[in-house]
Amino acid sequence: MSAIAMTGKDTSILPGRGGFFGRLSDAFWRHPKLLLFLMLTPPLLWLGIIYIGSLIALLLQSFFSIDDFSGMISYEFTLSTYAQLLNPTNFDIIVRTILMAALVTLASAIIAFPIAYYAARYAKGKWKVLFYLGIMLPLWSSYLVKIYAWKLILAKEGILTWFFDKLYLSWLLDGILNLPVVGGNSLSVSYLGTFIVFVYIWLPYMILPTQAALERVPGNLIEASSDLGATPRQTFRTVLFPLALPGIVAGSIFTFSLTLGDYIIPQIIGSSRLFIGQAVYTQQGTAGNVPLAAAFSVVPIVIMAIYLWLAKRMGAFDAL
Amino acid sequence: MTPAVRFQQVSRHFGQVRAVDGVDLEIAPGEFFAMLGPSGSGKTTCLRLIAGFEQPTGGHIQIFGEKAEGVPPYRRNVNTVFQDYALFPHLNILDNVAYGLMVKGTGKAERLREAEKALELVKLPGYGSRRPGQLSGGQRQRVALARALVNKPKVLLLDEPLGALDLKLREQMQEELKSLQRALGITFIFVTHDQGEALSMADRVAVFNNGGIVQEGTPHDIYRRPKTRFVADFVGSSNVIAPDFMASLGGEKRWASLRPEAIRLGDGAEARVENASFLGAATRLTVDIRGTRLHVMLPAGADVPDVGSSVRLGWQPGDVHYMDDAA
Repeated sequence: MSAIAMTGKDTSILPGRGGFFGRLSDAFWRHPKLLLFLMLTPPLLWLGIIYIGSLIALLLQSFFSIDDFSGMISYEFTLSTYAQLLNPTNFDIIVRTILMAALVTLASAIIAFPIAYYAARYAKGKWKVLFYLGIMLPLWSSYLVKIYAWKLILAKEGILTWFFDKLYLSWLLDGILNLPVVGGNSLSVSYLGTFIVFVYIWLPYMILPTQAALERVPGNLIEASSDLGATPRQTFRTVLFPLALPGIVAGSIFTFSLTLGDYIIPQIIGSSRLFIGQAVYTQQGTAGNVPLAAAFSVVPIVIMAIYLWLAKRMGAFDAL
Repeated sequence: MTPAVRFQQVSRHFGQVRAVDGVDLEIAPGEFFAMLGPSGSGKTTCLRLIAGFEQPTGGHIQIFGEKAEGVPPYRRNVNTVFQDYALFPHLNILDNVAYGLMVKGTGKAERLREAEKALELVKLPGYGSRRPGQLSGGQRQRVALARALVNKPKVLLLDEPLGALDLKLREQMQEELKSLQRALGITFIFVTHDQGEALSMADRVAVFNNGGIVQEGTPHDIYRRPKTRFVADFVGSSNVIAPDFMASLGGEKRWASLRPEAIRLGDGAEARVENASFLGAATRLTVDIRGTRLHVMLPAGADVPDVGSSVRLGWQPGDVHYMDDAA
């Protein structure tokens, strides 16, 4: 018959490849779970022991307390350290941090959406590459360099003040700086400055998951919605936004938790009032109060847990 | 009578690509109209022009006498059943069906009642609380249909509505769509590349190629009297015979089509049987007649000659249909 049939080998089963790796391949093929087990065990051990283990150690520490006289840790179970979180100074720190994290997340989500939407719906070929470069490029340079750069930009003698001056808009900048609470002597020593830099630093972490979520929304759902009589606004509210929500929530987990834990940005830019990260830093360092530092670090974990639970209840993950 | 849809010299060019080029079309109210053609022939773009997803780069479109250019899809009383259904994954079936009424501000109780009625119409009562992901392809198709019909559109557009279904389901849906259309009296316009589907369902068919309509007519017309070689090739299982060969068989020196069932075994030109396929109700022979291949359809019960044997073919001169040599 055909050439293929004539040159075919006589056996229907090919001989094994032999050697150690040949037998190994056969063994893995027969026991696929074995391969999975071998691949997953090391990272799971790492996660289980080093990562979760240290979290549990942290949690344990927070139930100890420090002896006011000796400055020694007393290893007895107590809730008194948590009670300390509620005293006005510490509670202010918590409220301030949560508020900042929430505002940063909200602003990031609002700024990120149109960018992510453009990238997901319209950008093709080199524009897509340019988009990824634009988002990633800032992540390549050192975090500290970027923050100090922002300090210079936002300083009273900085380029922003100069820019407002040249545009005859100094009155606007002064007006903003004169606002109670968020204002200050210059942007670099105000809450507003801290906020701007937080948004700048964490924005990519919001854009990327939002873009990924929007990319998964089939274009014909938008058309279907319009076809059924929905105005673009209704389409956004009832189709696009609910379907992008898992991505936005994923992004907000980053922006929210990263802001909750950061101690460098508010230290370099902003008023000298503390955020949770700084409180942890000073409590475990200078003050040597590890239990209080541990209790402070539990706060973001609890907040994130509550946040995720709420998001799930609101149906943020229904479209997954 | 005002046509349901009227195209006057409608074009849609994408840069250099002329997806639709100077199409004239009139579709009567209540008609079941099929746009048939290979992919890239412009049929889907025409559908999208009626839905409003595309705007014409030239010409005029009217829907029930009203100018449709520049009118967004959400202001057209036209609904679409999408090829892959485009059901909203985050809504349950009832909310999917009620979506059109919801965005137009119908109260909740009323729109859910209407949606349930629409689900009954497509034989899916009580499926409202499920999610699109929990339904089979055929059921999703019905939901898409209900979601469009609940809006009581003046024109219903169907984009390859049965493409993703298996054969048995497809035949069943063809009948259901046809009887639904008769019962509702809505103008149905559907796009397909499946000639069998177009011929069996539509009142009238437009055959598309290269961005234009090649032939328009009843399924009977299109099947019996294809205007060009392209139509005969695309629509039929018809034999397309080259001019020289036709002349050598004693016919005119023009392109011709000859339906396989019109050929009889008996006396006439000699041919060799190359293949015989049993189709159930008939057997299709492939024969070689002086280097040209023809199909011959033998009715069930007829004697089937052996492959490799010699047969003689004959037909009535009236069964030969001459065509233009054009795409």
